[in-house]
Amino acid sequence: MKKLIMLFVFMLTIAFTTSVQAKTLKLAMDADPVSLDPHVQLSGGMLQYSHMVFDPLVRWTKTMDFEPRLATKWERTNPTTIRFYLRKGVKFHSGNDFTAKDVVWTLDRLKKSGDFKGLFEPFEGAVAVDDYTVDIVTKEPYPLLLNMATYIFPMDSKFYTGKDEKGLDKDAIVKTDYSFANQNESGTGKYYVKEREQGVKTVFAKFDKYWNNDGNVDTIVLTPIKSDATRVAALLSGDVDFIMPVPPQDFPRIEKTEGIQLATMPGARIITLQLNQKRVEAFKNPKVRMAIVNAINNAGIASKIMKGKALAAGQQGPKGYLGYVEDLKPRYDLKKAKQLMKEAGYADGFEVSMIAPNNRYVNDEKIAEAAASMLGKIGIKVNLKTMPKAQYWDEFDAQAADIQMIGWHSDTEDSANFSEFLLMCPNKETGYGQYNSGNYCNPEVDKLILASQSETDVAKRTAMLQKAETIIYEDAGFVPLHWQNLSWAGKANMNILDIVNTMNFPYFGDLVIK
Amino acid sequence: MFAFIIRRFIQAALVIVIISIIAFAIKQNVGDPVRAITGISVSAAEREAMRDQLGLNDPVFIQYLRFSKDALHGDFGNSFFYKKPAVDVILSKAPATIELVFVTSLIVIGLSIPLGVYSAIYPKNLFSRFLMGASIVGVSIPVFLIAIMMIYLFSIKLGWLPSFGRGELVSIGGWDTGMLTLDGWLHLIMPSVALSSIMLPLFIRLIRSEMMEILESEYVKFAWAKGLTKHRVWFVHAFKNTLLTVITVGGVQLGITIAFTILTETVFQWQGLGFLFMEAVERADASLLVAYLMFVGIVMVGVNTIVDIIYGMVNPTVRITGVK
Repeated sequence: MKKLIMLFVFMLTIAFTTSVQAKTLKLAMDADPVSLDPHVQLSGGMLQYSHMVFDPLVRWTKTMDFEPRLATKWERTNPTTIRFYLRKGVKFHSGNDFTAKDVVWTLDRLKKSGDFKGLFEPFEGAVAVDDYTVDIVTKEPYPLLLNMATYIFPMDSKFYTGKDEKGLDKDAIVKTDYSFANQNESGTGKYYVKEREQGVKTVFAKFDKYWNNDGNVDTIVLTPIKSDATRVAALLSGDVDFIMPVPPQDFPRIEKTEGIQLATMPGARIITLQLNQKRVEAFKNPKVRMAIVNAINNAGIASKIMKGKALAAGQQGPKGYLGYVEDLKPRYDLKKAKQLMKEAGYADGFEVSMIAPNNRYVNDEKIAEAAASMLGKIGIKVNLKTMPKAQYWDEFDAQAADIQMIGWHSDTEDSANFSEFLLMCPNKETGYGQYNSGNYCNPEVDKLILASQSETDVAKRTAMLQKAETIIYEDAGFVPLHWQNLSWAGKANMNILDIVNTMNFPYFGDLVIK
Repeated sequence: MFAFIIRRFIQAALVIVIISIIAFAIKQNVGDPVRAITGISVSAAEREAMRDQLGLNDPVFIQYLRFSKDALHGDFGNSFFYKKPAVDVILSKAPATIELVFVTSLIVIGLSIPLGVYSAIYPKNLFSRFLMGASIVGVSIPVFLIAIMMIYLFSIKLGWLPSFGRGELVSIGGWDTGMLTLDGWLHLIMPSVALSSIMLPLFIRLIRSEMMEILESEYVKFAWAKGLTKHRVWFVHAFKNTLLTVITVGGVQLGITIAFTILTETVFQWQGLGFLFMEAVERADASLLVAYLMFVGIVMVGVNTIVDIIYGMVNPTVRITGVK
């Protein structure tokens, strides 16, 4: 009898300890990865996936420093080259060894990807020095080489080389049809894709030979839940453990619920309005633009519409970015705005059109409505039209309205990227100012940004970028609204705040569930 | 009869051609699919090249011709999001919707007939009055509100039912069914109840008013006079004739049910065709959108054709006009 009890206790202990070690995370996001091929699309969702199944050379920490991943250390050997020393003994999910050859192969493939080739344009390529040393070379001295190394998720060159059973190249990057890489993966990441039904469920299981054991989650079951209300309900009812994104209207409810935590942090996506100077004569006048910036109470939008989960902005890049200038505060002064309108000769105001998306940014439609009514106070009558994002970008590109909304997150996590796309003089050949529907054009800003692209001295570069931000601020080149906060919610027994960052790539491999 | 059926089929084919034209027109206006499959920082030139490659820059007429030619061979193009033929995607999602609509129909038929008949026979009874009142309320509340209230009550507050998805599925020859597991059935309850909240009140009222009218008709009075038992009069003579109307209306209502699956499936993250359609619109997944509209169109036309044929068999007057 005693033996039996002992056996029973023993078995219980085993059952208990194994259940402590093997944790499963039930994760609900608004969408699931569109493909298993990390190079098929440059989007937040695909990068989140890449961080689970692949591993980059280096990655960003929460404080925007670089953290070694597949590269253990690195050094600049000459102005155009950084030498990366790779982690030894790392295996791909296929069982192949990870070496410098895979880095060279991956960079070559990135340069062929429609979505990534723009970002990797400054790169010459990579050269394998030996199995565990690789030189990454740029065409010109490039200050953002390390930033870009966070996008280099080495792929298994052996696994992706050759023909598949249909006789197609395994390394083909295909957006709208079958490809080997769309359906199969071999990365070095903590999780491999065990099961996948697109749009329904993806099961990630821990890869036995992974080199790092910071987190304790062995299985991640990712379910996309499109509807905000349903996603929140799934968390509240315990059907899932972790949700992202969290709709702002449910923040109070989640914070009040016991056993559930809400984690938010300032994001790096700036929401802006662009004033089209080509369409509206008045917008050419800096006084009118300044009046508009002063008429829109962006702090009020951040606190009322965004429920305090956004930070009112006066410039493009948030704090922590090189170009950030502490003194460039958000402006709101209705009296001054009216005065400026009078000085500009528009005391009676005028009428303009405005468009904004209604399902792209958090509360985008409400923000646009608020801004439009605020402009009414200085006599500018705004005819606002909002539409789903599927239709919005065509209208945006056609510059169909006088005022257009756009949010921007810098792919390089660097200040220059904002201006390159949003505020540099639009130029079809160079591609600069691709989303500058305000047609703001200040050659001085262009000069500073272009110079910053090959300046590797951080102090000098910082000065250039700050100068550019200041000029734009004084010109009122655009209407800054706010930086959107990022939000996640999950059960209280996990360290959510430790694994999240402003890029919104939660490092699930590091998640610890108590 | 044969000529009648042939004529119906020709009409059906015509309707399908018209649907394809409408679907194609919609496709041209949902937005740019290339936007949905590329990152925002991709250059305009790169996008243009992709559009060329996908044939999106060709004139609409050429695109339609190409589409019709492929469609006749059963090829509706590739879904951009799923990266496989749109027909395959539709077929893989159809079981979810069919099961949902099937269970909903069971609920509607199973409840509306006894309740409708009961309230027709005893119109002044308190329960009948309550039913009439409740059905007005049921018709007036939007489906998504009912759905969200049910999630709040049964998932969050009581924790009895799962809040989303289809649960555990069993695959039988490519058909993923949730009807063979307890978990699957638990997941089916709320969506099917929410979906039936549209049809059920309508059918109760329909059956009631039809039945009441028939109970007043001459031949029923004659049946009473003949001294038949009340059950025979109610269920054989009166109810059988009530069904005629119910069959026709039911066929038409199927379309409305399909439309409401879009709402229900979105709220419950039910991975069926309605949900697929919503997502395809949002992603401007053009081929999938057209394939869905065609699929639903064909189902609708098919069901209505069958209803007409059945009606013709059941109701001699229709048969006679058809033959003439």
